Amino acid sequence: MSVFNWYKFSSPATFYTLAGKLVPWFYAAAILLCVVGLYISFFMAPTDFQQGEAYRIIFIHVPAAWMSMFIYIVMAGWAAIGLAFNTRLSFMMASALAPTGAMLTFVSLWTGALWGKPMWGAWWVWDARLTSELILFFLYLGFMALQAAIDDPRRADRAGALIALVGVINVPIIYFSVKWWNTLHQGASVSMTKSSSMASIMLIGMLVMALAAWMYAIAASLSRVRSIILERERNAQWVAQMLEAEL
Amino acid sequence: MKTRHKKLLLVAVAVLGLGAVAALVLNAFRSNLVFFFSPTQVVKGEAPRDRAFRIGGLVETASLSREADGITAHFRVTDTANTIAVTYKGVLPDLFKEGKGVVAEGRLGDSGIFMAEQVLAKHDENYMPPEAASALEQAEKSKKTLVLPQGKQ
Repeated sequence: MSVFNWYKFSSPATFYTLAGKLVPWFYAAAILLCVVGLYISFFMAPTDFQQGEAYRIIFIHVPAAWMSMFIYIVMAGWAAIGLAFNTRLSFMMASALAPTGAMLTFVSLWTGALWGKPMWGAWWVWDARLTSELILFFLYLGFMALQAAIDDPRRADRAGALIALVGVINVPIIYFSVKWWNTLHQGASVSMTKSSSMASIMLIGMLVMALAAWMYAIAASLSRVRSIILERERNAQWVAQMLEAEL
Repeated sequence: MKTRHKKLLLVAVAVLGLGAVAALVLNAFRSNLVFFFSPTQVVKGEAPRDRAFRIGGLVETASLSREADGITAHFRVTDTANTIAVTYKGVLPDLFKEGKGVVAEGRLGDSGIFMAEQVLAKHDENYMPPEAASALEQAEKSKKTLVLPQGKQ
């Protein structure tokens, strides 16, 4: 049995081509899932018994919030691998994930505010869940700002990786904040340990939308990592060869 | 042990260490992270008397009354063990209902009545169509009537 050579794909040149092939598929999956998810959310899911139609913001809010945390964990994972194995591509993946993560964090905060006003009676409150999610947003921004501020890419990578790893502690705090403290934000409707407290069609709509967000995040970060690879490897021979072949 | 494994271990230990620090700090600040106090905590005197704070709980059934001016509301907040009377002048949020969750910010008056400056509705994590909600309610009611005869024996 031949061993699959994973290290082949840690080379930016190979990964550039592979990512280029994968991106359209992930975008297609994202669009398809999004259309199906929005149809379920708006036409199949029933009105909620206490929140009426306004609860439908959940179909954007929750997938965005889930992905904002998940992307941060993946980003920190790549940063850790980069620090340990000194692989350039891992750092590039971490950098490519940050803007998408920040965008989804912003979406979850924004839709949360739009939801909070009619339901709770306030756009924003400083409870543990909202505050820790805001810290997550600042961690993403800090990561990007720090990387942009350091000219030497190797030093920028290491400094950014440090922020990413320190900040990963915030993710379980966000997740468990509604359990550990009295918060205005309600508890989790969906969790591993108990059956969900949502009608199943609502849950399906939310999960499909979460999958769509996931596919979008993969597609966006893969296409972003391609431009990072090109930018950093602009003096490498394979880039020159590829450009020549295209001309 | 290879260098890269050593590095990986170092990163893992550093993250775990930071996690422990964060856990200890959060534990130390536990009381400050509380968004609201329950009526029981207020009765026990755990809530601050000299500054504004929030209380949270359920609006007690049949406790809501309005004054003649139409915007001053009186209600009681309960955590089923203790209750606190609340006075609020302003528009109550749409989700504000007897038997549902509420968070009120304000001060505790000398008479023990909580003078709220802001009232927020706290909803739970249950989402379902109205028909399912009423079916659940029916089931709950019929369960109670079924249990009663047993209790008499």
